[in-house]
Amino acid sequence: MKVKIPEKEIMSCGNVACQGCGANIAMRHALKALGRDTVITIPACCWTVIDGPFPYSSVGVPNFHTAFATAASTAAGIRAAFDVLGKKPNVVAWAGDGGTYDIGLGTLSGAAERNDDMIYVCYDNEAYMNTGVQRSSATPLGAWTTTTPVERPKQSVKKDIISIMAAHRIPYIATASISYVEDLIAKFEKAKNIKGMRFILILSPCPAGWKYSPQLTVKLARLAVQSRVFPLLEIKNGVDWKLNMEITRPKPVADYLKLQGRFKHLNAVGIAKIQRNVDRDWELLLRKIKK
Amino acid sequence: MRKVLMGNHALSYGAKLSRAQVISAYPITPQTEVVELLADMCASGELDAKFIKVESEHSAMASLVGASAVGVRTFTASSSQGTALMHEMLHWAVGARTPVVMGNINRAFAPPWSIWTEQNDSLSQRDTGWMQVYAQNNQEVLDSVIQAYKVAESVELPAMVVLAAFVLSHTSEAIEIPDQKKVDKFLPSYKREYKLDPDDPHTFGGLTTSENYYELRYKIQKAMDKALDLWEETGREFEKIFGRRYGLIETYKVDDAKKLIISSATIASTARKSVDILREKGEKVGLLRIRVFRPFPAGKVREILSSIDRAVVIDRNIGFGSSGIFFQEIKAAMYNQKKTPPIFGVIAGLGGRDVTSGNIVEIYEDVMKMEKPESDIIWKGLKK
Repeated sequence: MKVKIPEKEIMSCGNVACQGCGANIAMRHALKALGRDTVITIPACCWTVIDGPFPYSSVGVPNFHTAFATAASTAAGIRAAFDVLGKKPNVVAWAGDGGTYDIGLGTLSGAAERNDDMIYVCYDNEAYMNTGVQRSSATPLGAWTTTTPVERPKQSVKKDIISIMAAHRIPYIATASISYVEDLIAKFEKAKNIKGMRFILILSPCPAGWKYSPQLTVKLARLAVQSRVFPLLEIKNGVDWKLNMEITRPKPVADYLKLQGRFKHLNAVGIAKIQRNVDRDWELLLRKIKK
Repeated sequence: MRKVLMGNHALSYGAKLSRAQVISAYPITPQTEVVELLADMCASGELDAKFIKVESEHSAMASLVGASAVGVRTFTASSSQGTALMHEMLHWAVGARTPVVMGNINRAFAPPWSIWTEQNDSLSQRDTGWMQVYAQNNQEVLDSVIQAYKVAESVELPAMVVLAAFVLSHTSEAIEIPDQKKVDKFLPSYKREYKLDPDDPHTFGGLTTSENYYELRYKIQKAMDKALDLWEETGREFEKIFGRRYGLIETYKVDDAKKLIISSATIASTARKSVDILREKGEKVGLLRIRVFRPFPAGKVREILSSIDRAVVIDRNIGFGSSGIFFQEIKAAMYNQKKTPPIFGVIAGLGGRDVTSGNIVEIYEDVMKMEKPESDIIWKGLKK
């Protein structure tokens, strides 16, 4: 599928994102697809800071900063108000993994169950990066964070947020990667034209938290897809699963892990365990895909 | 039109007559009838509003803050644990300068579980920046909702209309339902100056350093100061249209009074009867009811207490480790004044224990026997 990437930039350059920030690339391209008739709400997350300190703002569309747990409920209220006024902008909740998988999960579930009309985006950098790399329930098995030190790295697997959202039978779910921008834009374009709750998960590598050199951000995002760690998929109505990219000859997960300092402490046994989990999850995913 | 309404339904009618546009709520005893009736009104089309049936009170307030930021009129109601769960978002509503109006039915906190009345839930929100008005009957509940929108939208601060669990929430009274056309005249639709609008994009609530944060807080205090006048002014305007007068405070037989009973909400309402009983016994006593608690009408309090020899404050709440909360506020208002009478603080009626006119007479007579206030708390009817 070839999609032209819109040339027009809505997001301003020169905001306060870290060098090589994946979440910044995610916002830039999401906005290209969403266009200016968009209202965004951002709970506590890296983007609280990235957008720019008062009086600066880089998103280029109306932006309402909100409390950590409330991305989905704030967006629900914004949508209801525009409905009352007879206006139809895209209402977007833009949250990190902490605000989505953890503190905001109940709120998100509520909005999903009501099928509130919004695009909920989780840019997932797999830990509380804004507060200094503490583990979240999106942190993968075996990873170092400041609350899962190398002596006892993350003991449990990453929460399967996609299946949780699918269980709500919402109209549209997609995963997207900053390394496959055409696919990401196509998914936002599609989401724009669907009514109800739309959930898009974007894996957003973080140089500061994953401990790698900033120029590797896009490469790591691509390796995550190519090693089957982060499958690119879409789900309609929670039941019709579709794989957007077949990975026939997957790269070893070790290729992905070895570029990241957060997995540096892992020995061959630890890496093999992660590889087995990735293989198992891929098999489980294939069973859900419509042939 | 006159109608027999429970306090909870008086809140619903207040929201309906004010033409609330987005309602968002989560059920809690003793608030449920408020939102059940509003849900019916929205379903039947009697009220043209969107009702978001959220999964928590925290989300109720979050969604209303979002809706209000777009520039529509919003309403919710809660109580006790629910209001406490909202706490973070109550602060947000103030910082975002969103004039949300909510009903709060005063119910005691758990543990142990209690569903009966006590004011600690709303008073725990004292420093959030919400305006608070304590109603003494169901007519005042309804009227206060309409007035609250008027004041809230003028100063861009949220407001809470507070009523006692069961004593008002589930007690039916015949009340006057204001004419919609008159309400529309009194309360035109909400016009927000700075709002979420794709045609004029702005960012709200972003990271703000000490360079500007201080001034933004100053502006909230200035808005509160302005609201102090507005509650009075709005009350006078309301009287002209609807014939019922409300202000920051209400007094009863204070003109020649030397002694004063001070309270709020339904205890104050009951205390009018106690004043009559005491007057018959020859006591020169009056009543001061604090109606608007935030902004606090310190000026009015000083004016009245300057000619009083002795005052007793009855609180259906407690600031643990200190004393009754209205008592603290009254004392603080009188400090540094040329003439300050001895002020006694009584805690009564916690967890919904009944406070009768007879109890209030006893409280008064006990306090008048005391030489001076020896402690900050006088307990009434404590079981050994």
